[in-house]
Amino acid sequence: MLSEIAFYGAVETGLIYGLVAFGIYLSFRVLDFPDLTVDGSFPLGAAVAAVLIMEGWNPWLATGSAVLAGMAAGAVTAILNVKLNILNLLASILTMIALYSINLRVMGRPNIALLGEETVLTPWYSLNLDYHQVPVLLFVIVIFIALILLWRFMKSETGLAMRATGANPRMARAQGIATGAMIILGVAVSNGLVGLAGALFAQSQGAADVTMGVGVIVIGLASLIGGEAVITPSTVVRALIACVVGAIIYRLAIAFALNADFLGLQAQDLNLITAVLVTLAIVLPGVRSSLVSKFTRKNA
Amino acid sequence: MISATDLRLTFGKGTPLENPALRGMSLTVNQGEFVTVIGSNGAGKSTFLNALAGETLVDSGTIIVDNLNVTKLPTHKRAGRVARVFQDPLAGTCEGLSIEENLALAVKRGQRRGLGAAVKKQYMEQFRESLSSLNLGLENRLGDKMGLLSGGQRQAVSLLMASLTPSAILLLDEHTAALDPKTAAFVLDLTTKIIHEQKLTALMVTHSMKQALEVGTRTVMLHQGQVVFDIEGKDREGLEVKDLLELFEKQRGLSVDDDSLLLG
Repeated sequence: MLSEIAFYGAVETGLIYGLVAFGIYLSFRVLDFPDLTVDGSFPLGAAVAAVLIMEGWNPWLATGSAVLAGMAAGAVTAILNVKLNILNLLASILTMIALYSINLRVMGRPNIALLGEETVLTPWYSLNLDYHQVPVLLFVIVIFIALILLWRFMKSETGLAMRATGANPRMARAQGIATGAMIILGVAVSNGLVGLAGALFAQSQGAADVTMGVGVIVIGLASLIGGEAVITPSTVVRALIACVVGAIIYRLAIAFALNADFLGLQAQDLNLITAVLVTLAIVLPGVRSSLVSKFTRKNA
Repeated sequence: MISATDLRLTFGKGTPLENPALRGMSLTVNQGEFVTVIGSNGAGKSTFLNALAGETLVDSGTIIVDNLNVTKLPTHKRAGRVARVFQDPLAGTCEGLSIEENLALAVKRGQRRGLGAAVKKQYMEQFRESLSSLNLGLENRLGDKMGLLSGGQRQAVSLLMASLTPSAILLLDEHTAALDPKTAAFVLDLTTKIIHEQKLTALMVTHSMKQALEVGTRTVMLHQGQVVFDIEGKDREGLEVKDLLELFEKQRGLSVDDDSLLLG
């Protein structure tokens, strides 16, 4: 089984990826905009936060700046799509590739270590808590606030206009909604959340690295799809909770797979496990409902 | 009042598929008029409606809605003046949103949208009242997803949404064509009722000559991107489908060969 440290570590990372899953829910589900920018905006958030913390900024201000940087990256993708009519997926790939160079420029080198620097976590260690519980507590608070804000936004006039934009753009325009502006706003907010996740990840891991974004989109999608398999996303709030639950389950499943000696899996098998988990998450709900229908037919 | 003057629009210009859809189309609709528009396939009915709504921008000509030149404005900037019901019953509403959320979207048509809650208590009375006028029991299902409703019910709600806030003109694009005959009759009745009660200015495209003469105050026939005849008042009273066909042949020296127009 998992050790206590591995368990808290998995929950901590899961909470951070929950923010990524929020962002992917916003782009993929709400706006129907397949956005791969996240592979670049995650390390961008990490890079901006790390550089500013090294400059001696307040860690929360540095984290806020990472959110703004992520939003700017998302806005670039959306503008390429909306204003220049580049296919959404391709627009996001262009931004993602460009961000690799930009992230190197921001950091000035491939990685920055934050060991010994004051991060958003530092003041919380003075609490009378176990060392591994501190990040979990802080990130639970952060993700709870993010969830409430996103939920309120989705229920607002602008949020509803955004949901209509993704679901039925022709109807949205006929209702006077500027669908282009909604896509720009939505993809920006989505990548702002991913930038936040990157900034928190760098601070909890003690380093920012230019390669840390590889596969973030797959992990986020795995969390989203996995969460939806466990909690049916029939309302906005359920969909958001599903994102968090999915991300934590995903990290726990990974930790369990890597810790289970009888499986003989090692760290390099991570991406293979991810692919298997995503496949299971996509296929299992169908299997479940066909089983259910078989049983109900028997009983009828 | 809306006036369209000398609208011209060619699809696929400079390609082998070049198709002139509007060829100098002009029409003025006065306040309170209910105009029915007929024409065979390819006459330019839908293109004309799309041009008025802003979904397609014309190559030349002007469109004026309530003293504002909207010729170059995109759909969402005209939406405050132009309300619309689509042919496809699924197109006018969002199936993933609840009935009250769909209505809340429509209540803000053409207005600024802020960060306040979209579904407000103060709307509920209005929503319930207008839904109960449909006699479909929807006033008790405000929280239900739109996708749970039938095509006819969704078209009825679309119509309601289009009339929830004032507009200079209501565009109806063959909005009963995709429904079964009974539901189509229900939606058409509802249409005339709403237009009459709220004294709306409306433009209804229809494929059926019979329907075009039965409802509305004025009938316009389009052919090859132009108005071929335009009748109202005394001239229109007592007119039958065969009279319309005669009129058309006399005007154009052509015979109508589109069966769907004759059968409709």
